[in-house]
Amino acid sequence: MIKHLRDAGDLDAGNATLILDTARELARLTGGREVKKLPTLRGRTVVNLFYEDSTRTRISFEAAAKRLSADVINFSAKGSSVSKGESLKDTALTLQAMGADAVVIRHGASGAPHRLANWVDGSVVNAGDGTHEHPTQALLDAFTMRERLGRLAGLNVTIVGDVLHSRVARSNVVLLATLGAKVTLVGPPTLIPVDIASAEVSYDLDAVLPTSDVVMMLRVQHERMNASYFPSAREYSRRYGMDGARMARLPEHAIVMHPGPMNRGMEISPEVADSPRSTIVEQVANGVSVRMAVLYLLLGGK
Amino acid sequence: MASQNAAPDQARTGKVILAETDVHRVVDRIAHQILEKTEGARETVLFGIPTRGVPLAKRLSARIHAFEGIAVPVGTLDVTLYRDDLRLKAARALGPTDVPPGGVDGRRVILVDDVLFSGRTVRAALDALGDLGRPSSVQLAVLVDRGHRELPIRADYVGKNIPTALSESVRVSLAEIDGTDEVKLYGGEVQ
Amino acid sequence: MAYLITNVSVLGAEPRDLYIDGGVIAEHKGEEPDHIIDGTGLVALPGLVDLHTHLREPGREDAETVETGSRAAALGGYTAVCAMANTSPVADTAGVVEQVWRLGREAGLVDVQPIGAVTVGLAGERLAELGAMADSAATVRIFSDDGHCVADPRLMRRALEYVKAFDGVIAQHAEEPRLTEGAQMHEGEVATRLGLTGWPAVAEEAIIARDVLLAEHVGSRLHVCHLSTAGSVEVVRQAKARGVRVTAEVTPHHLVLTHERAESYDPVFKVNPPLRTPDDVKALRAALAEGIIDIVATDHAPHAVEDKECEWAYARPGMVGLETALSVVLSTGSLEKDGEIDWDLVAERMSRTPARIAGLTDHGHDPLPGAPATFTLVDPAATRTVDPVETASRSKNNPYAGMSLPGRIVATFLRGEPTVLDGKATK
Repeated sequence: MIKHLRDAGDLDAGNATLILDTARELARLTGGREVKKLPTLRGRTVVNLFYEDSTRTRISFEAAAKRLSADVINFSAKGSSVSKGESLKDTALTLQAMGADAVVIRHGASGAPHRLANWVDGSVVNAGDGTHEHPTQALLDAFTMRERLGRLAGLNVTIVGDVLHSRVARSNVVLLATLGAKVTLVGPPTLIPVDIASAEVSYDLDAVLPTSDVVMMLRVQHERMNASYFPSAREYSRRYGMDGARMARLPEHAIVMHPGPMNRGMEISPEVADSPRSTIVEQVANGVSVRMAVLYLLLGGK
Repeated sequence: MASQNAAPDQARTGKVILAETDVHRVVDRIAHQILEKTEGARETVLFGIPTRGVPLAKRLSARIHAFEGIAVPVGTLDVTLYRDDLRLKAARALGPTDVPPGGVDGRRVILVDDVLFSGRTVRAALDALGDLGRPSSVQLAVLVDRGHRELPIRADYVGKNIPTALSESVRVSLAEIDGTDEVKLYGGEVQ
Repeated sequence: MAYLITNVSVLGAEPRDLYIDGGVIAEHKGEEPDHIIDGTGLVALPGLVDLHTHLREPGREDAETVETGSRAAALGGYTAVCAMANTSPVADTAGVVEQVWRLGREAGLVDVQPIGAVTVGLAGERLAELGAMADSAATVRIFSDDGHCVADPRLMRRALEYVKAFDGVIAQHAEEPRLTEGAQMHEGEVATRLGLTGWPAVAEEAIIARDVLLAEHVGSRLHVCHLSTAGSVEVVRQAKARGVRVTAEVTPHHLVLTHERAESYDPVFKVNPPLRTPDDVKALRAALAEGIIDIVATDHAPHAVEDKECEWAYARPGMVGLETALSVVLSTGSLEKDGEIDWDLVAERMSRTPARIAGLTDHGHDPLPGAPATFTLVDPAATRTVDPVETASRSKNNPYAGMSLPGRIVATFLRGEPTVLDGKATK
């Protein structure tokens, strides 16, 4: 197994599948039965190093680590030495001295987990870095797709919205390509990055819906509007939002995903978000299982 | 020309300890012993420990049913997440854990594994079982006991005791997984 | 002190002796020199001239000083460097440029020719006192807001016009700021994959295109700093064909390194303009050979450890280059004829032309009898493996670490005084 999960490129098909299979067993073991806690990582220390506020992701990692009996230290940038100007390297040396076996890092700068991995002996897990990647989100998305549709190879996955600024989209493009799914990116041309490898690009959502097995809606930040990426929220919603009419164009079995938090009425209508096709609540639950699997496989072998 | 010295041959291709018919006879005997020691397998659940404990548990259940017409439920219990040697070896894929309807509370659980060696797997299994509920008692059935215990653990049902050297290894093959029923001893001192 | 250099090849010609006395080169007529240097296998070049150096003094003496930067320059074969204006305080007054000029004289390792800022505080709002800097002891002729683009077209026009009064030249850092907000690296496949905001080639090309039109319109001289894209080469080519008075420089790093280097997220590869694609590198090499790009300039940009040992986005852009420039250029094979190094072309691109653009009349003369003894001796057969720690610079942000490069500077002379002997600085 790999030592770090810095981006989805760290995973080959074998390791990615092992994580998904392990997550499945963990979900069966801990879901619905009284066993919520396993002794596997007793005595290990997992540090959640969060430079950006993200209660959802931090709680998910914290629950995952605790269910494996690891000691969890939450180190958030606000009100800590970090906000007093301590460099990432000095923080890394501090964590190293504390004996962190794994550092889960969320950071506003792309590549921060790669830098951190140079400075600590423990495993580094990327919990979202800038506009780069969010590999555990892609793993839980893949897990959710596989649970719902039974496979990943050959699936047509359509990712819609602000791909340019989306770390979720980047990780999904890489991971889904590794696992044999076909990805199509849809959005206004201003929000599709240049020269993107291993994905198709379309600017016409309605045209790709009938052949999509999965549609993943990305969150659109309102501030993008001020930077002229698109003229208005209303125009965006009309061209690229998922509503009931568009949902009706999907094949019978197709699912609608969203990494959250949603802008209801912007990229997704309440009718879609709350429909049986929506996997949004499952994605959250699956997140804990997938993160348990990642921590177990990264830390279990040392 | 066949080797005249058994030891080097054993190191390479293994020495057969139990042949196919021996394995069948031993499983039958354990099934009978379970029926005797458990008042006809009342309130009893068999838990196979992956990988080869699982088909063994299923066979025992099938034989018990054949002998007495009693259906003993079979579950599987993966102990990977409860092992104490995780730091020493590469992280391994998890096996399945399946609890039969009715669970384990108040029932007699018989853990089934292929080889009893250090006892650490059984220790992990006891911990894993503890997280599933509170059995009234726990017993242990193994096809082979090769000695060298590192923990105060003993089996209630033993197919065959095989005195071994630490340098030797015991390999159990079962038709369900390996295509054949056989127990072989490998390695050891070459004379 | 008199020096006799025996059996040395001047610009690749048949080996001969050079006698150095009284700051000039003379024929050797049997005088007893104080020192003899065996020049066998060495090539004598006019001292290299760098049109684009960041010496960081005043303000960031922890990263570099005029003295340490001068020493690094001498070790790289340079006898003159043009010190960029983005110091703290900014070199936008006669006082600051004279301070830098004086520090350079005191160090005495290379001639330090200050570049003046175009606008007050590099803010791009109003012209600095260009005339006062030109008239100062530093006799500033090149003006640049390097690090920032003079983006306002009206201000750029005025600057180009104004410096005509004293034959000045505006050296433009061509970067349309609205197209590079938050930019971290070349916009392309690698930036997309790494999630780093792209710096599109067009942001450079659009400014160069505008500036050559402005220079043509007002009949002024324009110099383009660190040209980095194939498209920019074409813009300059067309302008030169029309007779626009434009010159352009390329850095050593843009001739060898490409944007894939960012994959490590190691900010030692972060530079502005960013490392581009292999196709750009190819076009830049060809343009340098052809003369569309006139000179090599280092953009030597030392940075303190903490400004590089951090997240990519927070790191300062720039890399050191004075000590490796000649070797890097030689490694590209751009300045070769029939597979042999064309030393005359090396002198043209790295000494004579930059000296002419900067108005440094003491520099850029072939080291032959009658010329000022301002030259450098190169061992072209030597190779070295770059170790960032072995440097005279205060900073270690060297992107060539571990690379094996051809050529070694054996000695450098400034007006008859050795600044480097046996590959070591003399002071």
